[in-house]
Amino acid sequence: MSDSQTPTSTAGAAADAAPVDATAAANAPSVQAAGGRSFLPKSTLLRHLLILVLGAIGTVILLEITDPFTNSQLAQLTYYAIAAGGLTVLTGLNGQISLGHGALMAVGAYTTALFLDAEDPLPLAVIFLVAILVTTLVGALVGVAAARLHGPYLAGATLALAVGLPGLALYFKETLGGEQGLRVRAPRAPDAFESFIDTVSGNPPTTTKWLAYVGAICLLITFFLLANLVRSRIGRTWRAVRDQEVAAELAGINLGAWRVLAFVVSAACAGLAGAVLALVVRLAAPSGFTLVLSLALLTAIVIGGLGSLTGALLGSALLVFLPPFVTDLGADFGLNNTEAAQLAPFVYGVVLIIAMIFAPAGFVGTVRLRWLTARAKRAASARAASGG
Amino acid sequence: MSDPHGSTAVSAGRGGGTGTATAPILEVEGLTAAYGPVRALDGVSLTAEAGRITAVLGANGAGKTTLLRTISGLVRPVSGRVTLGGEDITRAPVEAMVGKGMAHVPEGRGVIAELTVDENLRVGSLFRGKVAKDEFDRVYEIFPRLIERRDNPAHTLSGGERQMLVIGRALLAKPRILLLDEPSLGLAPRIVAQIFGLLRQLVDSEGLSVLLVEQNARSALSVADVGVVLNLGRVVVTDQARTLMADEDLRHAYLGF
Amino acid sequence: MQQFVNVTLSGLIQGSVFAAFALALVLIWRSTRIVNFAQGSMAAATSFIALALIQAGQSYWLALVVALVSGFVLGAVVERVIVRPVEGGPELNAVIVTLGLFVALQALIAIIFGSSFESFPAPFGVRGFSIGDTTVALTPNSLYVLGAVLVTMLLLMALFRYTRVGLAMRASAFGQEVARLLGVRVGRMLTLGWALAAVVGSLSGLLIAGGGLVYPAYMDTLIVYGFVAAVLGGLDSPIGAVVGGLLLGLALSYVSGFVPSGSALVNLAALVILMVVLLVRPGGLFSSTTARRA
Repeated sequence: MSDSQTPTSTAGAAADAAPVDATAAANAPSVQAAGGRSFLPKSTLLRHLLILVLGAIGTVILLEITDPFTNSQLAQLTYYAIAAGGLTVLTGLNGQISLGHGALMAVGAYTTALFLDAEDPLPLAVIFLVAILVTTLVGALVGVAAARLHGPYLAGATLALAVGLPGLALYFKETLGGEQGLRVRAPRAPDAFESFIDTVSGNPPTTTKWLAYVGAICLLITFFLLANLVRSRIGRTWRAVRDQEVAAELAGINLGAWRVLAFVVSAACAGLAGAVLALVVRLAAPSGFTLVLSLALLTAIVIGGLGSLTGALLGSALLVFLPPFVTDLGADFGLNNTEAAQLAPFVYGVVLIIAMIFAPAGFVGTVRLRWLTARAKRAASARAASGG
Repeated sequence: MSDPHGSTAVSAGRGGGTGTATAPILEVEGLTAAYGPVRALDGVSLTAEAGRITAVLGANGAGKTTLLRTISGLVRPVSGRVTLGGEDITRAPVEAMVGKGMAHVPEGRGVIAELTVDENLRVGSLFRGKVAKDEFDRVYEIFPRLIERRDNPAHTLSGGERQMLVIGRALLAKPRILLLDEPSLGLAPRIVAQIFGLLRQLVDSEGLSVLLVEQNARSALSVADVGVVLNLGRVVVTDQARTLMADEDLRHAYLGF
Repeated sequence: MQQFVNVTLSGLIQGSVFAAFALALVLIWRSTRIVNFAQGSMAAATSFIALALIQAGQSYWLALVVALVSGFVLGAVVERVIVRPVEGGPELNAVIVTLGLFVALQALIAIIFGSSFESFPAPFGVRGFSIGDTTVALTPNSLYVLGAVLVTMLLLMALFRYTRVGLAMRASAFGQEVARLLGVRVGRMLTLGWALAAVVGSLSGLLIAGGGLVYPAYMDTLIVYGFVAAVLGGLDSPIGAVVGGLLLGLALSYVSGFVPSGSALVNLAALVILMVVLLVRPGGLFSSTTARRA
């Protein structure tokens, strides 16, 4: 059954026609259509494992051939992408918009900062799991409240969350560091890492590089899990809840529970992203988790196409590589530093507007839409030719 | 009030079988409209004569409502032509239609629920600019039930009262032709008879033309002059109302009685 | 006791600004079923224009007029150019568009006017009146604020209830298709609705700026408060916006005034109020059960 139904499908659209309208939420990756010509293994899990391995190899290559500055940029990319991945699943598959994921990242970051501050900190992986857990709990709370909301109400509520949560850092000034925030003591790279890098490339195994690897590992694992989730029964149910509320309810699906689940999953991603951010930036402060962060994430997933993990990755790359480019451009035009820094958010805003007006399915989505339309046309003419 | 179009006043009652030719006020030629790949109208042609009630009949989904919506511009036709009083209005914008003399009372009546009865009426005359008070009084005369309700929000009205309201509102636009979509829907037979009787009176006394879409073919044919039967977006037959009434096979096949 | 009076008074004054902003949101929601998340940035933009005039030596009142007029124009342009393409489509698209405008406009303000904090003059005195020995938290400026909001609301009420344009706007908001069939230029009415809402938004931006500091993001909290107030009163109800605004102003004032370190919790309090309303009575205090079908 094609799941191309969207909130704006025109009435009576033929069942096997390509999605008629490009909408913001139309671009959920569809269940593997029958007869897809692919050189990748049929089984979803195997396919994803293969991509995971290839991705890991590619990551190592990428991190080793680039200079330390680019390494730190790539580290930035990982935490944006982790958060964006979760968010695109939430908004794209389940139709819930959230402006509060920046605040959720803050939860993950602060938790990490607090635990790393201990005399003898726990292993990094454990701390990450704790950060994920705490953020998941907060996310569950928010998700329960959000499950009954939609559209602008949900946006407004999460907006209030994004604006309100930083206040907690100021209220609990002693533990949470107030405006200044908490310094993060990044753990040193383990010996195994140093010998690994030595064997592979001979580059200096700096902490920056180590953190980039940490981020990359988290990203690969997260995307692997998310990709499997998206293609699973859970992903299909999320899409059903988004598109066909009434039908889903009649089928016995508890809409609220599934929405909370989607929120929780995305919150877990945000928590992990926040944890990685805390490490990479070495600081957890309110100023790092402004509304602009949430809106930047939104831009990333919109540009990439809601529901597309690839798109989330591409969009996050934009978030990392666009600002310096645009800032330089601004300086060329005579803007001073602070002004030029505002060019990036300006571009985000313009991109969001233009994307919604002209290409609501995002970059990846529009490409996918064209591909599906072309395929449908070919199928239709093939059927006509064979005497339908 | 004199009829501005100079069409010959015809004897009351249905038929018009005296042979007095009246000029067509609305002509539809080969109109095709589609929702996606589904053709709701497929080459529909009909003529509504001035001073007559033309009924458009057929089962649910036959395309009757789409026909009215395409004529008044809410739906863009794929092909075909609509002419009002000789003027091609096929692509004219919806908002311009009342100015040209076509008032469309949509399916579901189209009462603006949050506004009062009086405000609903006033909206009907907004496009005309300043409208004399006695025109409103006249509407209240025709529909005295509305007088006591005039300051109540329209959603407090019963179905019959709403129907009166929207017809009265349409009359305030001083239309040459009135498009009515299923006025009898959900109304008790007594009220339906009342409203149709009123319609007949307005047509006969003022030369108003009416294009009436109805699923209740029996009531419609009892008051109409001409009937057009649609099925699956196509015109099946066009004839005098009394002739259609007499054709039992046709009635059973397309009109449900 | 005196503190209670003062906290209440300042709550009411603040609340009246929330009410004005909420009213702007409600106006737009009623006509186009969109929450204009960019309303704050639009207001900030016009405030900065006013500030530029004031800093160039012009009088506050001239700057006020210019700000309101530019608000009108901005609202009209935004509706016609940016929002019109997404009206009537999936609600997510409109949400994202207004958010995009919010970000873009705020960044643009920073680029053009700089990010520093600037002080914005108040047209009237900001020292509280003295009653006997005590100073009440009521200043000439706050009377101006109250008066401005009141006058605006009365004007809007009169417009909607007694004028033909107002009737056309209400018809367009409540029954778009029917209004078109009746010859109402619905598109123009929607544009007008946005333009008027933007004027009200601009006014609230100026009122809150007076006697304080402005910076590109200074309206961010007002967006949240305005939204909460509008939801509290019921997004469909202008009266609700006013009542919601006043109630919210009072509530936040009490939190800030009586809870230790309450000022850091104010935003969170707004969030809590919002969640309670949305979970208990999502339609707001003045939710009407008007059958919108006719």
